[in-house]
Amino acid sequence: MNIVAVLIPMALLLGLLGLGAFFWASSSGQFEDLDGAALRILIEDEPESKP
Amino acid sequence: MNAVAAIRPDSATGRTELAVEGLRCAGCISKIERGLLDIPGVHAARVNFTAKRLVVEHAAPVDAPALVDALERLGFTAHGMVDAPAGAQDRESKRLARALAVAAFAAMNVMLLSVSVWSGAEDATRTLFHWVSALIALPAVVYSGRPFYESAWRALRHGRTNMDVPITIGVALTCAMSLYETATGGAHAYFDGAIMLLAFLLGGRLLDTVMRERAQDGVTALLRRLPEAATILAQDGTARQVPLAQLRAGMRVLVAAGERFAIDGTVETGASDADCSLVTGESAPEAIAAGSKVLAGTVNLTSPVTVLASAAADDTAIAEIARLMQSASQAKSRYVRLADRASRLYAPAVHMLAFVSLAGWLIAGAGWHQALSIAVAVLIITCPCALGLAVPVAHVVAAGALMRRGVLVRDGAALEKLASIDRVLLDKTGTVTCGKLAPVAGLPTGGRERGILLALAQATRHPMAQAIARALEAEGVAAEPVTELRELVGKGIEGRIDGVRAALGRPDWVGGVLAAQPAMLTAFRLGSGPASAIVFDDALRRDASSAIDRIRALGLDAQFVSGDSWTVVEPLARRLRLFARARMSPADKFETVARLEDGGHRVLMVGDGVNDGPALKRASVAMAPSVASDVGRQAADLVFFGDLLMPVPQAIAAARRTMQVVRQNFALAILYNLLAVPLAIGGMVTPLVAALAMSGSSVLVVANSLRLRSAAR
Repeated sequence: MNIVAVLIPMALLLGLLGLGAFFWASSSGQFEDLDGAALRILIEDEPESKP
Repeated sequence: MNAVAAIRPDSATGRTELAVEGLRCAGCISKIERGLLDIPGVHAARVNFTAKRLVVEHAAPVDAPALVDALERLGFTAHGMVDAPAGAQDRESKRLARALAVAAFAAMNVMLLSVSVWSGAEDATRTLFHWVSALIALPAVVYSGRPFYESAWRALRHGRTNMDVPITIGVALTCAMSLYETATGGAHAYFDGAIMLLAFLLGGRLLDTVMRERAQDGVTALLRRLPEAATILAQDGTARQVPLAQLRAGMRVLVAAGERFAIDGTVETGASDADCSLVTGESAPEAIAAGSKVLAGTVNLTSPVTVLASAAADDTAIAEIARLMQSASQAKSRYVRLADRASRLYAPAVHMLAFVSLAGWLIAGAGWHQALSIAVAVLIITCPCALGLAVPVAHVVAAGALMRRGVLVRDGAALEKLASIDRVLLDKTGTVTCGKLAPVAGLPTGGRERGILLALAQATRHPMAQAIARALEAEGVAAEPVTELRELVGKGIEGRIDGVRAALGRPDWVGGVLAAQPAMLTAFRLGSGPASAIVFDDALRRDASSAIDRIRALGLDAQFVSGDSWTVVEPLARRLRLFARARMSPADKFETVARLEDGGHRVLMVGDGVNDGPALKRASVAMAPSVASDVGRQAADLVFFGDLLMPVPQAIAAARRTMQVVRQNFALAILYNLLAVPLAIGGMVTPLVAALAMSGSSVLVVANSLRLRSAAR
């Protein structure tokens, strides 16, 4: 039975981690442009200025 | 139409937000972002592809018009954004999403503990689990429930109740009761129920908000640039530019060909044609000469004229329309959504029931503790969990289905209102028709003649000639080398080919034998041969007649209200077998709608132009094609895309099905209450039963709503 003393905090911690990640993503604009991100991968990088 | 362009400038380093049209692919994104970086002073440009917006950070000297010009050179049309409360809206859905995330997290963890309790945890373990549940649930309830508490408080302060009042009371009482149970080592704590209830309700609320925001993105209020100044002629004959606000009646205004009239007035010198479609809805250009009246907002087409202003600024016909629209939105009583109407009955009933069970058990000799637990159980079991989902889920699913069919729904209330209409009023130009002239008969058949006609038609900007040019070009006709092209204002255009005169224009000027003909016609004649009369029509939308048949099949009475002349409207009305009214001014249309509405009818107004604006506002529900004027789109509850009229009956049918499903959802929710409430009053509801009943009924309601995925047919 003592195992719950470990398991419950662990479960909560992991859940909180996910929740924290969602809050971070939502405040840093990760959900602002869902379609754009899929397209940006196709944009070719500007060639670096040649040395 | 009275919004001022507020393009958000932030002092030294500016930040400008623009709406960009024509964004299609990754190429567009990189073209814009890199192209703008080449402009000195631009620090960063970021395209939001989803919202079709562009945010530019730049030094102070760069301003919005400069950026719009730069985008024009890159091949994109951009507009400054009306500073709609977009920011606030964004925060709304974001706030709800966060609240939902917290509630869902807490609900899952509490449920984990609750399952162990239900499976037989006892004594110390049970108390421990209850305490942990309380620790998780209470902060989450405080945080996630705020939207409900705030709304309930607002309603109570104004002496009303809404759905949020029973929710708030229920959640608060449940938590207090459960806390007491936990502290005294009791068997039943309802933390899982309280937090799960909030999670479900937040889900419904989030869906509702997201739907509204998405529609708003689609109908982004784009500012069309109106003429800001006009050229006036002073007494001594000199011309100068005067800003619109300083124009007064009695001024002489010079209007170049292709310019919009900025004032109402009378033509003094010059002859031209005016495109009045913006104000009157008439599609054919009107000939104007000295003495004719012109209206602000109409376009001078063929040649410059001077106009003696009779009304300027706030006194013009177009300003009158704006005023009508304002009074229309005031006259229209605020529609009360179905869910709110339901809650007016629901909230008192639920509270009554809880109170009665408390009193009943006390009288029956139960202790305070037992009676209170039962009352709380009644409250939580009747909390409108499925009810909170019943409406928004159905709306969102139906709106999604309609979106795939090219109909944008502003908000859920639009669907409710659309389902209840019994009259349909249709504007003609741009709504039932495509709003573009097209030659329907009388084009010459000979290849050479067609080539000559095309050459003539291409040389002028008169809309009829342009329609001919469009039609002929579409057939791949090549222009013949016509020389000595000469345009005679108000008459037509002529030229010579191989020494023979070719003319296109007014029948009486072109000459040749012509029978009496309808109004919209022009004549073409080569040499001294017979003249051919080219007849025009504003082409009907392809499926207009089947769409109107379907409206009729839905049991609705459809009518035309057109600003056009009777001669134009009549054949169309005959063809579509509709009752029609012609020559309606914006005020007449408004009156017609108002009379019907006052007579107890619910009117769907379908229109596009500025002249329909007041009527669109006044009607119970309004629809506009996506090509409508800004005014039309702003006033409309639903916007449809494409060249077809069928979306109108489709939307009506979908709205009816939606309301049917919403009613079924209500019935399901009530049925569930009928089964569960007696159990609760009887004191047989445990937290397990409450949790099962709540999630079971919610799943049922959501599943029923999903049937609407194919609603738009």
